[in-house]
Order: sequence, then C-alpha cells, then structure tokens
Amino acid sequence: MPILLFKRTRALVVQIDEFLDTVGQAALLFERGVADYVAGRHDHFETHYRAIDDAEHRADELRRNIEKQLYRHSLIPEARGDVLGLLETTDDVVNQAKHTLGMFLVERPELLPGMNDDWTALGATAARTAEAMVLATRAFFRDPYTVNDHLHKVYFYEKEGDRQAMALKRRIFDTDAELARKTHLRYFVLNVDRISDASEEVADRLAIYTIKRTV
Amino acid sequence: MLVLFFLSSGLFLGWSLGANDAANVFGTAVGSRMVRFTTAALICSVFVVLGSVVGGAGAAGTLGQLGAIDAMGGAFMVAFAAALTITAMTKLGLPVSTSQAVVGAIIGWNFFSGVLTDTASLTMIVVTWVICPILSGAFAVLFYVLSRRLVRRLRPHLLWDDMVTRWALIAVGAFGSYSLGANNIGNVMGVFVPVAPFPGLDLPFGLALSGAQQLFLLGGLAIALGVFTYSRHVMGTVGGNLFKLTPQMALVVVLAHSVVLFLFASQRLEHALLSVGLPALPLVPVSSSQAVIGAVVGLGLLKGGHGIRYRVLVDIAAGWVTTPIIACLLAFVGLFVLQNVFAVPVNRPHAYELSPQVIERVDRLGLPVAGLETVKGGHYTTQFSLNRALRDATGLDAKQRERVVRAAEVDRYLVDPARIAQDVKPGWFEPEQIAAIKSLVGREYRHSWQLLEELESRTPAWRLLPESPRNRLDNDRLKKQRRLLLIALRAEPGGAPTVE
Repeated sequence: MPILLFKRTRALVVQIDEFLDTVGQAALLFERGVADYVAGRHDHFETHYRAIDDAEHRADELRRNIEKQLYRHSLIPEARGDVLGLLETTDDVVNQAKHTLGMFLVERPELLPGMNDDWTALGATAARTAEAMVLATRAFFRDPYTVNDHLHKVYFYEKEGDRQAMALKRRIFDTDAELARKTHLRYFVLNVDRISDASEEVADRLAIYTIKRTV
Repeated sequence: MLVLFFLSSGLFLGWSLGANDAANVFGTAVGSRMVRFTTAALICSVFVVLGSVVGGAGAAGTLGQLGAIDAMGGAFMVAFAAALTITAMTKLGLPVSTSQAVVGAIIGWNFFSGVLTDTASLTMIVVTWVICPILSGAFAVLFYVLSRRLVRRLRPHLLWDDMVTRWALIAVGAFGSYSLGANNIGNVMGVFVPVAPFPGLDLPFGLALSGAQQLFLLGGLAIALGVFTYSRHVMGTVGGNLFKLTPQMALVVVLAHSVVLFLFASQRLEHALLSVGLPALPLVPVSSSQAVIGAVVGLGLLKGGHGIRYRVLVDIAAGWVTTPIIACLLAFVGLFVLQNVFAVPVNRPHAYELSPQVIERVDRLGLPVAGLETVKGGHYTTQFSLNRALRDATGLDAKQRERVVRAAEVDRYLVDPARIAQDVKPGWFEPEQIAAIKSLVGREYRHSWQLLEELESRTPAWRLLPESPRNRLDNDRLKKQRRLLLIALRAEPGGAPTVE
C-alpha cells in the first residue's frame, strides 16, 4: 500500500512537472513563431504553429489527468481547489498562445514596414512573462517561500508588454495606412499582449494561494 | 450476570469516551478529508484496545488512590453518573472531559460514603488539569516551529508533503489512540479495579491477562464500539470550531495531544526518568479534550491569536468547571437512590478506632498525639466522623488528620496458608518477602499497618526506603506489593485496603 501511494505520488509529481514544461515550451514556440512570421519565414512559422498545437493538446491531456487523479484519490484536500484553478488558468496561457499564432496563420496580417523589431520584442516580452509565470508556479509546488521572487518578474514583464503594445499601436495609427489595415493590426497587437495578461492572471492567483500556504 | 450489569455503566462510559474522545485523535484528520473515517475508526479501535490492555495500569492506579471504591454498586453508580454527565453535556453542545466527570463522580462517592478524599491525589489530578493544556500548547508550538523549519529545509513538493502528512496523521493517530487507551482506560474502568471480579487468565504463548487487564480489554472494546457507532459526526465537526486548522497543523495538534497523554500514562517512561535521577510526571488520567484544545490554542496564539474564537474558548472553560460538579452531584444523588430505593450496597461497612496501639502508631509516624486521648476509645463508622472528632479535639491539620484516620481503620487480616498458596506467588514477591509472610502463618491483625510493621521487622525487603526521587521507583513497586498482600490476606475480601 505505501509503495503504491509512493508510486502514485511520484507519477503525479512528474506529470505536474511535465505540464509546466509544456507551458514553458509553448511560450518559447510562441516567441519563435511571432519572430518567424515577422521575418517572413512562413515554413518555420507553420512548423512552430504545429508544435504549439501539439503542446496545447499535451497540456490539456496532462491537466485533465492531474485533475482526475487529485479528485479520485482525494489528494491535497486543503489546496486542491487552488491547484485546479491554477492549472486551468496556466493552461489558458497555452491556449491563448496557440490561438494567437493560429490567427496569424489564418488571417495573415500585412505588417507595416519599419516595425518588425517592435513586433518581435512584443512577442519576446509575452514569452518572458509566461516563462516567469511557469517558474513561479513551479516554486508554488516545490518551495512556496520563493514564489514572490518570480512573481515580481511576471508583473514587470506584463507592464513592459503593455508599454510596448501601446507604443506599437501608436506607431501603427500614426501611419497613413488604411484604417481597416490599422484596425486589423491593432487586433493582433492585443492578442499578442493577451499572453502577458493571461500570465498575470495566473500570478494574481499564485500570490493569494502562496499566502494561504505559507501563513 | 450481576457483575456484567454493574459493569454496563463502565461500558456505557467507555462508549461515550470512544464517541467523543476519538474525535480528538482523528477528528482533524477526518474533518480535513486527509484520512477516511473507516480507516481512522479501524486504526483508532485497534490501538485504543492495545493501549488499554498493555499500558492501562499506570493512570488507573491514581484513580484507585483518589477514592478506593469498595463495592460494585458504588463503582456502577460512579461510572454511570460520569457517563450521564458526559452524554448530557454533549447533548448541550458543551465539550466534555471524561476524566473530570469521573473524578467528580468519585468525590461524590467519597462524600456519600463518608470517605476522606485523598488530598494529595486530588491536588495532583487538579494540577494536571491546568498543566495538561498548557503543556500540550507548548508542545504544539514547539512541534509546529520545528516542522516548519524542517519543511523549509527539505522543500518537499506539495504532493509529497501531502502524502507524508497523510501517513504521519495515521501514525500519530495510532500513537494517540494507544495513549488515549492507556491513559483514559483509567477513567472508564479504574473505579472497577479495586472490586475487579475476574480471576487471572492464562493465554497461549505464555501470555496472561490479569483481572484488571480483562476489565481494561472490555473497556477498550467499549471505546472501540463508541468510535465506530457515534464518532463519525463528531470527527466531522471537530477542529474547525475553535480555530481553522490546516492538515499540517492538525498533525501537530494530534502529536502534541498524544505526547502529553503518553507522558501522563507511561510507566516505562516514568521508570526511565526516575532511574536516571530526573523528575517524572505523575501518572494521572488527563483529559484528551483539554490536551487538544490546549494544542489548538497554542497554535492560535503562535499565529497572533486573531483566529481564535474566544467565545467558544470561554464556553469550553465553563464546561471544565461545571463537569466535575455536575458529576459529583449526580453520583451523590444516584448513590442515595441506589442504596435507599434499590437496597444495593454502594460501599463496604467500615470501622475506625483510636486504640492505644493506634495512638502509639501515630506517635511512631512522628505526628503530634496531644489531644488524641480525648477521642480515644471511640468507635467511628466513617472517615468523616472520625475526622470531625479529631478536628474538634486536636490541633492536627487536614493532612495529619488524614494519616491518623488511615491508621485507625479496622480491618481483619488473617495470615492463612491456603491464601498464601493461592495469591502470594513468586512472580509478584521476592523470596525473602514470601519467607517473612510464611513466618507469620496463623496470626491475625486488626490494622493493615500492624501486619506491615511485623513484616518490616522480619526483613528489610518489606521496608519502604526514605522518600527521594531515586527511591521512588522501588517504593512504588513495594507499595504495590504491600497492597496486593493486604488484598490477599484480608479476612473479608473486596475493595482496596487503606495503606498508610
């Protein structure tokens, strides 16, 4: 019986780690995908889109399995609700990343010249926010006292992403391009920045859950 | 059959203890859904029975000293009054302490029977009621601080932490159940020990169950029944009432509670401490509710005291004061009814006399004998009446009067070869002690101290050593042997003899 429990716990710990690895990987794939699209490397972009699609499926599968195990075996009764909420909001980040790259794939927005670096930087900042969020979530499971060391980075990158998004939108609307094109591009700026917003939502939950665990 | 009827009140008391106090051990674990009820109930039952039979003797002895109930009817009513108090208080929603109810009921019997309450034992018990929650709170704080440090150092994954906490709750719960059985069986069956009707039982593999252990086994089974039939609801609600506990805090609370109960029940620990010259805690049945509440309040205070519901705490403290009083009154009234309406004897008739030999004995004990001449020759049927006479005629203080009363008790002891062959066995007594007993064959004594003085004069093996922590262990053993001998040689069997 104890050996069975030991194995089950170890398997679940591995799954949670794999889930967080997948989220972190999705963030990197998103950054690469945006950079490839901006640089016009469409083959690479499609490869990264397929990879993020796989990551999203894997993350969903892992999340469902973890949730099922937690319920079935009545594990962490005190923190179960928090952990389930945390896993779901973390999964939203991957969903958002896949959704945004999918929009690039389908709608193929025509970027305005001279703004490639801004788009790439915005995508990178969104990925940094998600990465910091993954580190904070991992710390919540392993060492809740260090969660805050990562949370402040999430908030920093999120603010930085907002600033970059605002600057890019202003540059877009300062040009003489058609309003429809400008509006279309603004829509993409918002969606790239949404990755940071989703990560911030996870961070907000983490801040509360960490207080509950460490008080 | 009549014996079983009389024991039924003890079993009722055991059942109510199982229903209420099991919740102290596993309530937080079950309430926080860390351990399933069936798992908790099974482990709790097994270990309560084990604790009762293996380690129940220590704490039960103190209750025997507090009031040596010497008739089955009296023991029945004392246990019944305590059980009734617990049930009534539980129905009223007040947390109860079994040991307080039992102590209150015993004092009720003492009042009714005109027996002086042993002030030393009573003081010891009441002091532990204060010390127990404080000690438990201190242990809880210590364990919590240490466990937090350990967790910070080891940094376990949330799931590993959960698994370890779950297993620790089960292990500590098992330890707590053992301690509960060992410590509180004294509350359930302690009053029946002096009048235990069961002969020793030989079991296979060289095991044996004494009469008291058979009583404890029955009591343990009654507690287990209480756990299975009624503790589910209490377990589900305990813990969250006073202060919201996390599973880790629950673990610390149960551990602190179990350690405190163990400290007040373990003869082995007492022996180990005394043998290295360290002071030991008295072996007294303490309240497991008090231990748990002390631990919870300790943790609450450690967290700044904001989360504690002080109103609930005041209610609990009020219950601690009223429980012994109600049990005492109920026992008194119940004994009156039992004796006068149902004509059931609730105590043995006693006689006390201040003969010249007794006065000489009092003198030898180093007590002032001035004024004793005035009460000399009088015959008294209760300790109260002699005590009153002594108070009026002498300048003795309460403690001194208590000793005189014990010396004055009349009881016929017969050194009968048949009884020696049956009850004075080499396993219990030293060869020198047995030889001294055999040298007195055919003699009769009016007072227990006369027999003991005679034995002391024959061999040092019967002499108590000077009172000191180092000698306490030997003296305790010797006192037990003297008590056993007096029970064996008493002309009219039943009840526990008074030993000065």
